[in-house]
This record gives sequence, structure tokens and C-alpha cells, in this order.
Amino acid sequence: MSTPSTAIGIAAAVRSGSMSAVDAVEQSLERIGASDGDIGAFLTVTASSARDEAAAIDAAVASGSDPGPLAGVPIAIKDNMCTRGIPTTCASRMLDGWLPPYDATVISRLRTAGAVIVGKTNLDEFAMGSSTENSAFGVTKNPHDPTRVPGGSSGGSAAAVAAGFVPVSLGSDTGGSIRQPAGLCGVVGVKPTYGAVSRLGLVAFASSLDQIGPFAGNVADAAVVLEAIAGHDPGDSTSIPEPFGPLGAAVPRGVEGMRVGRITDLPAGADPDVTERFEAAFDALADAGADIVDVEVPAFTYGLTAYYLIAPAEASSNLARYDGVRYGHRVAAPDTDAMYVATRTDGFGAEVKRRILLGTYALSAGYYDAYYGKAQRVRRLIADDFARAYTHADVLLTPTAPTVAFEIGAKSDDPLAMYLCDTYTIPSNLAGHPAMSVPFGTGADGLPVGVQVLAPAVGEATMFAVGAALERAMGAQR
Amino acid sequence: MTERWTYEGFEMVVGLEVHVELDTATKLFSGSANRFGDDPNVHIDPVTLGLPGALPVLNARAVELGARIGLALGCTVQACVFARKNYFYPDMPKAYQISQYDKPLNIDGRLALSDGTVIGVERAHLEEDTGKSTHLGGSGRIHGSEGSLIDFNRAGVPLVEIVSRPDIVSPDQAREYVSELRAILVAIGASDARMEEGSMRVDANVSVRRPGEPLGTRCEIKNVNSVRSLGRAIDAEARRQVALITAGESVVQQTRHWDEGDGRTHALRSKEDADDYRYFPDPDLVPFVPSAEWIDEVRSALPPLPAKRRAALAVLCGVAADTEAVMTVVERGQDAYVAEVATHGADAARALVHVKEAFAELGARPRVPASDLAALVAMESSGAVTATQAKTLLGDLIDAGGGDPAALAAQRGFEAMDDGELVALVDAAIAAEPDAWQKYCAGEDKAMGALVGHVMKASRGQADGKAVSALLVSRRS
Repeated sequence: MSTPSTAIGIAAAVRSGSMSAVDAVEQSLERIGASDGDIGAFLTVTASSARDEAAAIDAAVASGSDPGPLAGVPIAIKDNMCTRGIPTTCASRMLDGWLPPYDATVISRLRTAGAVIVGKTNLDEFAMGSSTENSAFGVTKNPHDPTRVPGGSSGGSAAAVAAGFVPVSLGSDTGGSIRQPAGLCGVVGVKPTYGAVSRLGLVAFASSLDQIGPFAGNVADAAVVLEAIAGHDPGDSTSIPEPFGPLGAAVPRGVEGMRVGRITDLPAGADPDVTERFEAAFDALADAGADIVDVEVPAFTYGLTAYYLIAPAEASSNLARYDGVRYGHRVAAPDTDAMYVATRTDGFGAEVKRRILLGTYALSAGYYDAYYGKAQRVRRLIADDFARAYTHADVLLTPTAPTVAFEIGAKSDDPLAMYLCDTYTIPSNLAGHPAMSVPFGTGADGLPVGVQVLAPAVGEATMFAVGAALERAMGAQR
Repeated sequence: MTERWTYEGFEMVVGLEVHVELDTATKLFSGSANRFGDDPNVHIDPVTLGLPGALPVLNARAVELGARIGLALGCTVQACVFARKNYFYPDMPKAYQISQYDKPLNIDGRLALSDGTVIGVERAHLEEDTGKSTHLGGSGRIHGSEGSLIDFNRAGVPLVEIVSRPDIVSPDQAREYVSELRAILVAIGASDARMEEGSMRVDANVSVRRPGEPLGTRCEIKNVNSVRSLGRAIDAEARRQVALITAGESVVQQTRHWDEGDGRTHALRSKEDADDYRYFPDPDLVPFVPSAEWIDEVRSALPPLPAKRRAALAVLCGVAADTEAVMTVVERGQDAYVAEVATHGADAARALVHVKEAFAELGARPRVPASDLAALVAMESSGAVTATQAKTLLGDLIDAGGGDPAALAAQRGFEAMDDGELVALVDAAIAAEPDAWQKYCAGEDKAMGALVGHVMKASRGQADGKAVSALLVSRRS
């Protein structure tokens, strides 16, 4: 019997005693040790604590207790989620060496479910970027082609799953930071409904948009992880009381009679190879019994612009606390104001500074209504347009990203080109809706292409049913 | 009617911003204790320190106390939004303060002064306090200091900022507004409102103008640490502004610091280069939307307010009521006790004076049973003991935590003097103080003091002063 490689397989084997959690974790650590030098997915590998935790899970199994649905499953965590006593850097010099005194809610929930954290993964600094090139600690490579980016900002977590280091990982998604790298790395990535997963302990980028979600090698594994981390948290005031129904049951449900929406006024700009796979996804779902319907979401196209006012505005405030006074990086200077300037000039990278400046400007007296205020109105418009579309369709389909993974450095000097990577993913964040990227074959140069499934708020079950149907269709084509 | 302040043809316009710390067990957005006076940095947590990933959770009790304040001031309590006020300062952990901006909890209230003048209350909103900086060396300010120590115990403590309309026209009114506000806050249990300890802080916006002119340029005065200083600071600032204008100069909009030592205000910073706070709704919090039922609940739980209680006490004590004693006793929350003493048949006005004078340190509910004080007041009213003796006996009652005043009087040998003894003492006094007696007979009423004093001394305080005066009056006529 071969050792299981999926999260569900590992957990089942560990719970039944046919495989030890120690072995599962050891395997993961071995792979990381052997190959992460080439990929650069991890910023910290927590080998020692992972081995201890795995041993504890095995002891629990031996004593007859159930360590939970993710028993012994090695998992990687994007390095912007607080882990007690384990460095949490946000890939920024600003937080280099900072040790959180507490665990994020998702971390506690993963531990309760029996998962074992094997390390913290690379990201664009403070989750700002679409290629993981903005990390202060090095570039992560796409496991499908190491000359290319893994996408971002959760590039490390996407690459860790794509490279087979771990079956599952966590990322955070503010404008596409889970789905876009999932698409570029050929793995499943889910951004849940806003409020479904607690943000407590997630280092904030843009609080009204940030949401934690899983990466996985398959849809069913993503469902198990999402169920483990979701649920109301009184520690997060924006947490919703009842997230969504059971996801495991949704996976095999199928799409018979389901209405899958095609957005007729979707912004153009996707490469032909991506468009081809996207069209193939409609065909596959139609073959599986879904009805393909046309819908309009006119405000979709304004999402990017609204996002680049709202997200930087919130970021400018969220990142103001990194002032060198209480923790993190500090550059000595003759007085307090000079210390602030020196610390922030040295501690933040270029993209972070760009967004802080954008956001500060957008919130300034005299500009607030024209920028932040208007962007919030666009946001409402997008939500309204989606609501109308969902009276005709159960889910919507778009490409995840306009292109396959691009060469490292190709867009580094062109922020606008980089921002366009998130054209299709941003509107779901603005509306607070769930969306997931499912790998659907390959495009140019044999690189993965992802298809995005969008659903209304707390529509995760339907979304997973569609994602799983796409996955089955791909399996059948292989 | 309080008199309007005028100086060289100018009048003043004052609005007050009062910050009060709410009397909650924990902070506005975290579970750390809201407590004053402990070692530095013991009441802290990730939220208080603004650690990465920390999130605020609104304290329900703070909202309730905030609404209580609003309702006591006749405000409309409304759906409200928390906003971030962004600025850098070392004792501001997140580099933004969570406050309320365009949608505060309470709007449109009023506070009535004793003469019936109504001062408008524009808003009363919730916000969090900052930490406390101590700047070492230099002037005690951050600029030029050698270093700074920060105590975050206070960071995140719930505050309500009560903003008056610019309806105040004199330092006296400002003082009365603050005193009355303080009395209300204490009465409703929202805050201990101690200016000296900083749990109540008052900033004054002061401008001057000639009557009928539009509002002048205002300055904001900070660092006022007592009600008395408030009056002085407003007066000094208004005079400074008048002097500037009459000298042909103009007032610059500024924040100014009151210096208790030299009795002047000093410029802190110009509003021209003031920070742009970039307020926006805090995305970590959701709007608080009070239901009509909740507002009714909070309103119905409001205790009677000081003005109403003062009126009730004054009615109880009758025409003899001492206004100042009424104020003081209500402020200390001892009016219910006075009323209880009166239910035992004692003279309420007399009981009021005893409570005011004897129970200053004893808090709201004196330890002496109301029935015992009632018995003492009855003895005094009947002339069984003198006012001076009654005071002494009340001291004994307080020391013993109660007792039978008649028995205590007997122990001390306090017995009412018979009329014969008293007449003899008065005769002796007239004989001993012939000058005073002559002056008194010539119509100089003040001279009576020496004669009464003589009697009191000779009787070692046992004589009833009132009875002595009455005898002297009848002798003169």
C-alpha cells in the first residue's frame, strides 16, 4: 500500500493507525529539505515543533482518542498569520525577528483539528503583490518552471502544495492572493465568504477585504481544511455567525440542473490559451448537466480601480503601527519623528511604500469623497450587480488570472501590469463573496491554467460542488 | 442669571470638550483591566499594544454607560460608527485612535444650569484613551527630551467625549457646566469624573467678539486640571485675545497650554499645520445599532438626576434649606439618607446641616443609623442639647457607628440648663463686659458676640447659644 499524499488520506491513515503522524511529517520535512532550496517556498521550517506535535498526535491515537479531521496532516502557513513563538515576518524587514505572543484563531483551530504546522511560507511583503517578488527575503519559484513566478501574494503557500512539500496550506486573499497563485501553480485555492474565517491573528493588509483560505492539491482536501478553520469567532467583530453548510457532502454532489453564469461584459485581456481553457470549463460543466446562462455584471470592470483606492487606504492606516516604538525594526535617530521616518524608510519595501502613499492620499482631507468615498460607492454597485446576476445563476465562472505564470522580473518594473493580474479576482473581495480557483489543464508552455468559480455570500457548498465537477472533468480528460 | 463676561466692550464665546473615563471593568476593545494607579504596563494585551493581527471587540458595558450619559443629557441615541483617527505619537499604539466621527452615539442634548440657562450638547461619543508618556529631561514635553517612558495601562480605556455648543458666555458658566456635568456623571455611575486624577479632562474653545459680531477666531486651551483653573484659564485667554485685537493684531487659531504657575496660556501648536487625521470607518468593527427597546431599557435604568434630587431635598427641608448644603449632600449622594432621617420625624433642615458637616469623608451612606441621627436632631430641636453639644454627640455616634444619643449625652454630662441658671450667667456676662453691653444697647448688634462668648465660656459650652441671644435681645428692649 502506497503512502497517502492527500490530506484526507493522511488523516484517515493516521486516525486508523495505519500510518504515523511522525512519518507523515517526516516525509514532508524530507521533501522540503531536499527541494525547497530550489523553490524558496518557506521562510521558516518548524521541524522540531512539528516532530513534537506529530508524536503527540500518535500518542493520542495510541491512547484511543481522536486527534481530529486533519490528524497528522502537515500544513504550511503563509507568514502573515501569527504563530506563538514562531517568527511571523510578513516577508518584511519591519517584522524580522518579531515573535508573536499569541496564535491566530486559524492556527488554534488547525491544531484542534490535528494538523501539524511544518513552516511559514514566503509572500509579497505584507501581502502586497501578485508574484511573491516583493518579499524582503527572496523570490519563490514556480515549481512548474523555476524561471517563473508562483503568483502572489501567497506564492510560498501555493508553491509548497504544488511542489508536493505539503498536501495543504493556508494563504490570505485580499484581491486574489490565494486564487491567482493557485491558478499559476496548478493547485486549488479558496477565498471564503468575508467573515467566514476569523481574521484574528492575520496581520492586516486591508481589513475589509482580507480573508484566510486554504490551498490544496484537490477540492475535497480544500473543503476539509476550510471546514476546520471556518466558524464564528467572538474575537473578530466582522466574523459571521453561520458561515455555510457542510462542504464534504457538496463535493460529490454534481452540477445537474445548476445554472452556471457567463459574464457577458467581463473585462477583456485574458490570453488566448487562458480563454481556451475557460471556454472548455463551460463545456465540461454543460456536459455534466449544468445550464450555462448569460449574465451581466456591469460594475465588474470598475473593481480594479475601486480596489486600488480602498485597499491602500486601509493599508496606510493598518501599517502605521510599524513605527519602531514597541516592536520590530527600529532605526536609531536623534528624535522621535526622525526615528519614524528612518525606521519606515528602511523597514518597508517599494511596493508597500507605494501603497501607503496611495492610501494616505486617498484618505486626505479634500480628497476623501472623490477617492475613498467614490470607491466605496463602486463597491456597493458591484455587490448590487452580483446580487442581480445571482437571481439568474447559481455560480459564475471567470478565468482566475489573465495569463499563465510569467517570467521572474517580467512585471517587476510595471506596477500597473502587475495589478492587472487581479482583474478577475478583485470583485469577489469587494463584494465579500466566496470564490475559488480550480486547475483546469495547461496553456502556453505547458503551464497551469486556473478557472475561477464565484458564488454569492455563504455559497461555498454550491461553489465546491462546481469546483469538484471541474476537477472530475479534468481527471476524465487525462 | 449668571452675568455675561465682558471686557473692554468684548464678550466671550466658549465651548467645552469634556473627556471622561468610563467606569468599566475592562477596556473599550480588549479584556485588560481598566484600572488607575497600578505599576506601569501591567494592564496590556495584543489589542492594547497594537500588535500585528490584533483585533478590537467592543465592550458592551462601555456602550451602555455611553448611552446613559447621552440620555442623562437629553441626547438622541443613534446608530453609530467607529472611525479611525490617524496620527503618529509614541503613546498611540496603533498610530490611530478608534473614535467616532460623523456618526457618534449621542447627539443634540442639553444641560441646564441652576439659573435656568441651557447649554447645548452637540454630541457625546465613545473613543479609546491613549497611553501615558513621561518625557525625561528638557521641558517635560517630547521635543527636547532625553527620552520617553510610556505606560500603556491607560491605552484603550473607554472615554466619552462630551462636546458642548458654544453657548457659554462666562467663566462662571463654564465652571457650573463642568460641575453639573460632573455631578450627573457621578450620579449615573458612568465615571468617578475626577479632574485631578485625569478621569475627567476639560478642553475649552475660547473666542471673543464685540456684541452682535460674528464668532471670532478661537483657541483651544488644554491642561486645565480643576474647575477653578478652568475659570481662570478662560478668563486669562479671553483677556489675551481682547488685548491682541485692541492692539490691532489678530488671534491665530491655536492649541494653547494653561500654565497654572504663571496664570497664562501658552501656544502649543498652530492649527494651520495641524494634522490631517484622515478619518475613515474602522473596518475591524461593525456599526452599533441600538434598538428602541435597548434605549428604553437604558433610560429606565437611569437614576434620578442631581437637579431633580436637589429640588426634592430642598422641598423636604423647607424654606430653611441651606442651598449649598443641598448641593453638597446631593453630590455626595447622601440625600436619600437625609430623607430617611426625616421619616423618623426629625427636622430635615437640621439633619441636612449635620450630614453636610459631619459626613464629608464617609461616602454616600453614613454608617450611623438614620434613626439615631433622627433622635439626636429631635433632642436638639427640643432644646435638650445645644447645637454645639449635638455636634459633639454626632462625633461620638460616628466613632461608635451609632448608639442612643440620650445615653451619650448623659455620659458627657450634657444637660439642659434651667432658665434661672442661664439668667444668672447672662447677668454675669453683662457685668463682666460693660463696654460690649453699652455698644450693644446703642444698637451695635455685632457687640452681642462678646457677651454670648462670655456665657458660653463660663458654661463650658453647655449653654444654648440661641437661648442666650434671646435673653440678651429681651434685656436690651
